[in-house]
Amino acid sequence: MSRQEKIIEIVKRVSKSDVAPDPEESLFDSGYLDSFALTDMVGEIEREFSIVIPDADLTPRRFDSIERIDSYVARLADSNA
Amino acid sequence: MAVIVAFGRYLPDRVLRSDDLAVRLGVDSAWITEVSGIQERRVAGDDETVVEMGVRAGRDCLARVDANPGLVLVSSGTPGRRFPGPAAEIAHKLGFAGIPAIDLPVASAGSLFGVVLGAQLASAYGPVLVIASERMSEVAMAEPLDKNMAILFGDGAGACLIHTDAPGLEIVDSVLHSDGSWAGDLQLGLTGPLHMNGPTVIMQAARKLPGAISELLKRNSMLPGAVAVFVMHQANRNLIDRAARVLDVPAARFYANIAKYGNTSSASMLIAASEWREANAPASGDQVCMAAFGAGFHWGAVLLTARA
Repeated sequence: MSRQEKIIEIVKRVSKSDVAPDPEESLFDSGYLDSFALTDMVGEIEREFSIVIPDADLTPRRFDSIERIDSYVARLADSNA
Repeated sequence: MAVIVAFGRYLPDRVLRSDDLAVRLGVDSAWITEVSGIQERRVAGDDETVVEMGVRAGRDCLARVDANPGLVLVSSGTPGRRFPGPAAEIAHKLGFAGIPAIDLPVASAGSLFGVVLGAQLASAYGPVLVIASERMSEVAMAEPLDKNMAILFGDGAGACLIHTDAPGLEIVDSVLHSDGSWAGDLQLGLTGPLHMNGPTVIMQAARKLPGAISELLKRNSMLPGAVAVFVMHQANRNLIDRAARVLDVPAARFYANIAKYGNTSSASMLIAASEWREANAPASGDQVCMAAFGAGFHWGAVLLTARA
């Protein structure tokens, strides 16, 4: 499973949705995530990819779409490598 | 050794139920309960100013203990005027004109900061009366109504008296943090509406609140399960439950009265502590943890141990 596929599975699980969001779709505007679901999702991403997301990076915009999350996780993983 | 020897509170009589507010906002009352856990809140009348509510909470606190303060600390993010803040007037109306009275315009975390400062200052000034008083409904329900804001807040005041070498809740240790890089995400300007970037505030609070509690407990070689009760700033029921989940503690161990009063900003933690203490007599040695997070951002936690 690719990184993006794993992220989609997390979003589906946290949002309790059977439908996968489009990669560019806003997860807030489309109703997949609210503030608390977003927080849960961040925790699941940290566990799934064994990363620690710094508090300074905890802004909704950074996690507003599958593509944004994917590129952020890739950047963070690279910087930790 | 600094000890909280008494708590006090004042809540306005007027109740605004979520059912009634929902009609006004054109939303489903079940939505209000789902996103916040709030079923009703208190709304202050014209004569229930921040000063008046603070005085009444202070009186309620002092009526429970045989001591007078040597210092008054007052937290309010809704003082009603730029200066002077309410501290000196509250001290005067309580009959303590002449003793130092200091304002803490720290908003939601203000009472926690007040307790920590009071613990440090009690040995120098004598008993410290910490009061937090807020009229949040005024700013949250200002027109044009923002439903996400209007549902959350209520009015009220809380208080505690910190003494030295007395029975009560000994303030064992504390952690305080501030980070002004988030100042714009939750603010009330000199004019204009309350601004809250809800998702950012919740993401940060959901991380920083349990983080501060963990930091404090780790420093004292304790696990969260060893704490008898957690009394947090009553910001949102979902946030309280989430903190319990992160700390792996049953949610029932987090005292919560947000369903009755909503978020009363800095007053909420002391109102909750006052109600909890009135209904419970902790055994000697019981550990209590208070925590708060709010605008600034300011956040932290305090560890207390019951002493007979």
